[in-house]
Amino acid sequence: MGKKNDLKQHKIKGFSIRFIPYSEIKYLTSTERIKKILDIIFQNYIIILQGRLRSEEETRLIEDTMAMIGHVKSFKGIELAVIGTEERMGTIDKWKNKIVMSLAGGDLGAVTIIGPASIVKEIKRDPKKIELMLNK
Amino acid sequence: MAMKKVTDFLKKVFSGFFKNKKDIKLGFYGPPNAGKTSLANRICKDFTGEEIGSVSKVPHETRNVQFKEKVEISYKGKSMTFKMIDTPGIATRVDYEDFLKYKVNKKEAKARAKEATQGIIESIKWLDDMDIVVIVLDATENPYNQVNMTIIGNLVAREIPVLIVANKSDLRKASTKKIEEAFPEYKVVGMSAKYGKNLDEFYEEVFKLSKKSK
Repeated sequence: MGKKNDLKQHKIKGFSIRFIPYSEIKYLTSTERIKKILDIIFQNYIIILQGRLRSEEETRLIEDTMAMIGHVKSFKGIELAVIGTEERMGTIDKWKNKIVMSLAGGDLGAVTIIGPASIVKEIKRDPKKIELMLNK
Repeated sequence: MAMKKVTDFLKKVFSGFFKNKKDIKLGFYGPPNAGKTSLANRICKDFTGEEIGSVSKVPHETRNVQFKEKVEISYKGKSMTFKMIDTPGIATRVDYEDFLKYKVNKKEAKARAKEATQGIIESIKWLDDMDIVVIVLDATENPYNQVNMTIIGNLVAREIPVLIVANKSDLRKASTKKIEEAFPEYKVVGMSAKYGKNLDEFYEEVFKLSKKSK
C-alpha cells in the first residue's frame, strides 16, 4: 500500500514538446511571432525555439501574456529561458558573432524554451545549462 | 529674410543656454520582492523625509508605477535632482494561488493578481521614458532569470544607462559575486536597502550614471 502511494506521489503528468525551427518565424512580423507562440502555449505545449526573439519581442511576449491571464481559462502565464551564444564569449568573438547573426537574420545558435506556467514550475538556468522543473 | 534667419538662430542659441535641465528620470526595475520600493523609500526618506510606497513580504505589493518628483540627492558636495520612478516587479507568471500562502483571502488574491498583471504591463510601457535605470536584484536568488536578461536587453536597445544593485547583502545566502559574474558588462553595487548598507557607493554610481544619460 505504502509502495503504491509512493508511486502515485512521483507520477509525472504527460506533456508535449513542440520544436520550432527559426525558419518558421524568420519572416513573421513581431505580432505574428508572439501570436504563434501564445497559440501553441495555450494548447499546453512546451516550445523549444531555435534562435531567440528580439529583446523588444520578449517584453511584448510578457505584456501579451499578462493581458491573457484571467481571460484564458486556467492560464497563469509562462516560463521563459534563453541560452544565447554570446555568453562566455570575449569581446572580439561577440563582434564576430554579431556579423554572423546579421547575415543569418538572427542568433541561430541560441535556444529559447517557453512553457505554460501550469505545466512548467520553473526553468532553472545557469550560463551553461537549463533545467526544466515540471509541476506534479 | 536673412535678418529673420539670424534672429531665429540667436533665439535658438540663447534658449538653449537658459533652458532649465529637466530632472533626471531614475527608474527602479527588477523582479517582484527584490527590494525596489525599499531602496526608493530609503533614498526618498533621506532626501525628502517622505516614502514613495509601501513594502510587504507578499509579492507584487507595488502594482502601480509610483513617483516622487524633485528628489534632490546631495552627495560629497555634489547635488542632482531626480524624478524617482518605482515600478511594479516584472514577472512572466502571476497565479492568485501564490498569494493564498500569505493569508490573503481568495477574493483579495484574485484582485491582487489582476492588478499585478496590469502593473507589469505598465512597468514595461514606462521603459521608454527612463533616463537611467537601477535594476534591483535579490542577491540571494539565482540571477540568471530570463526576466532580468530581458529588461537589460531592452534598456541596452534603448541606450539607457544601467546600474545593477545586488540587494539584501545583509542576508547569509546573498552573493554579490554571482550577480557580477552574470552581468560582467555592468557595474554591480552590493547593498542592503533595508539597513542602508553601502549607500555611499550607490550614490557615487548613480551620479556617474546620470552623466551618461542622453
